[in-house]
Amino acid sequence: MKVAVIRFPGTNCEFDTQYAFERIGAKTELVWHKETSLPDGIDLVVLPGGFSYGDYLRSGAIARFSPVMQAVKAFAERGGYVLGICNGFQILLESHLLPGAMKRNDNLHFVSKFQYIKVLSNDNKFLSRLQKGDILNIPIAHAEGNYFVDSDTLTKMYDNGQMILQYCNAEGYYDNPNGSVDAIAGICNASKNVFGLMPHPERACERILGSDDGIKMIEGFMH
Amino acid sequence: MKAIVNIYLKEGVLDPQGKAVKHALGSLGFKDVEDVRVGKQIVLTLKDGLNAEEAKKEVEQMCEKLLANTVIEDYDIEIVQ
Repeated sequence: MKVAVIRFPGTNCEFDTQYAFERIGAKTELVWHKETSLPDGIDLVVLPGGFSYGDYLRSGAIARFSPVMQAVKAFAERGGYVLGICNGFQILLESHLLPGAMKRNDNLHFVSKFQYIKVLSNDNKFLSRLQKGDILNIPIAHAEGNYFVDSDTLTKMYDNGQMILQYCNAEGYYDNPNGSVDAIAGICNASKNVFGLMPHPERACERILGSDDGIKMIEGFMH
Repeated sequence: MKAIVNIYLKEGVLDPQGKAVKHALGSLGFKDVEDVRVGKQIVLTLKDGLNAEEAKKEVEQMCEKLLANTVIEDYDIEIVQ
């Protein structure tokens, strides 16, 4: 598998993301945001975490207009797999490749900690190696992760299995670190080839880091 | 010519910053505040001599494309000569 990791000015999780995907046997390539096309033979595009354009205006709002995003959009429209982690998720929302928007966390704090999340739907490539109800321990680190979507779209997304991850406590019960609607932590688009999540699977790829649950997630793309 | 753009969260979208400010005002003894909405203001300096109506239309497009996220935000535009 060949993974393109997109790098914007202000991205800071690109090397961790490369490391995690190389650990599961993928080839990775960094792609600067000024590129107008993606490398040949890419199977997955990852928009990693960070603070693209300093989060100016709104998180992800300016990165959306980077030249490479046209190529990412075209890739997604052809059915290519795209994964946005944290700031990458925010960019996908601003690009309208995923429905909804992010608001400031309801407690206004930058929240940085390990957080349990639960698999709501595995009927997609990303989480295909996991079972519904599986609980994972993955770090979160964000100030704008308060996911919002209007109630009509919310219902449609549930019906279509687009709500894929939800924050919870160690026992799987309700926990909401940022005020997201229904404590949603990750979603996908209707055709299930574009994924976004606030937690950082790449920061949980070895036991020595506190958890290797992130590997169990991203492995889905290898199969 | 200036365009003053005010951007705020839509009615019905909970405003975490507004809530925190309201709470702080309450603890300072300002008991008459029923609701607080925090937004942002963007001031654009436009070329002189533009037609105000056309300028407003252009700024509207700027709002739709970049300045506001219309999924959660509303905006209003004031053109000042």
